Amino acid sequence: MSFISRGFRGKRRDAASSSRVPPGQYVVNDFPVLSAGPTPRVAFSEWTFVVEGEIDQPKKWTWEEFRKLPTEEVTKDIHCVTKWTKLDTAWKGVSVDTILEGVETSAEYVMAFSYGGYTTNLPLEDVTGGKAWVAYEFDGQPLHPEHGGPARLLVPHLYFWKSAKWVRGLRLLNKDEPGFWESNGYNMYGDPWREQRYWGD
Amino acid sequence: MTVQQSDLKLDGNAIAGLLREIFTMEMTTAESTCAGCHKVHAVGQVEVYMNAPGAVVRCPACGQVQMRIVKGGGRYWLDLSGIRCLEFSA
Repeated sequence: MSFISRGFRGKRRDAASSSRVPPGQYVVNDFPVLSAGPTPRVAFSEWTFVVEGEIDQPKKWTWEEFRKLPTEEVTKDIHCVTKWTKLDTAWKGVSVDTILEGVETSAEYVMAFSYGGYTTNLPLEDVTGGKAWVAYEFDGQPLHPEHGGPARLLVPHLYFWKSAKWVRGLRLLNKDEPGFWESNGYNMYGDPWREQRYWGD
Repeated sequence: MTVQQSDLKLDGNAIAGLLREIFTMEMTTAESTCAGCHKVHAVGQVEVYMNAPGAVVRCPACGQVQMRIVKGGGRYWLDLSGIRCLEFSA
């Protein structure tokens, strides 16, 4: 009977996923939209991505130039600090390793900054070594503005507020500085497996 | 860049309860002066974004962040740096 077999499959999926859900999180199947302000609509013709700060020659790409960079397709679990976890999210974009290729810097931190004014800080070593991407496709479709399109940062091993929507650049910094949420209670690092939600966690 | 007014936008009455947890007075009738554009609005009229890690209050005139309220782990964090002055009745 189909009824029994549906139930059985559901149970197996739950058991397989439990080791992938960090403490205090629950699994969702939809993709909640979180936003600290109005959704910027950035035309591809106006979009640019820059790398600036502690760098001799700042780098800049137009949308057309950016789309010619080598792409990667990754499937990752994502964890929002508001306690939802979404498993097996499929993205396409450019690895931050590719973006920073050939860059010589003394910086140990980056500030990601976005259209609309959002910022979030990360250690440089958390966005290099195959750990972070600037993603412009989700689930085989262009990234919707509600989810950060044209392009968003994707740093799946940290809470998802670090994966800045509408990202327009990375500022290389010698010293860690708090971003939008990190300056008002949220953790400077944000490791979901250690439940680093707030200051002092 | 054009900005779409999001469906997620609410007005200041959405945080009336949250503000009553922090302030002893009724806050939706208080008047706040934006630190960015200096325009004055009743707190009940400001723009509020709640589908976020905290409540974000923005000026209806210039869009600048006026207030951020984070509640979690048994604590509150309140950033009022986008408000130049907050006036309310005694």
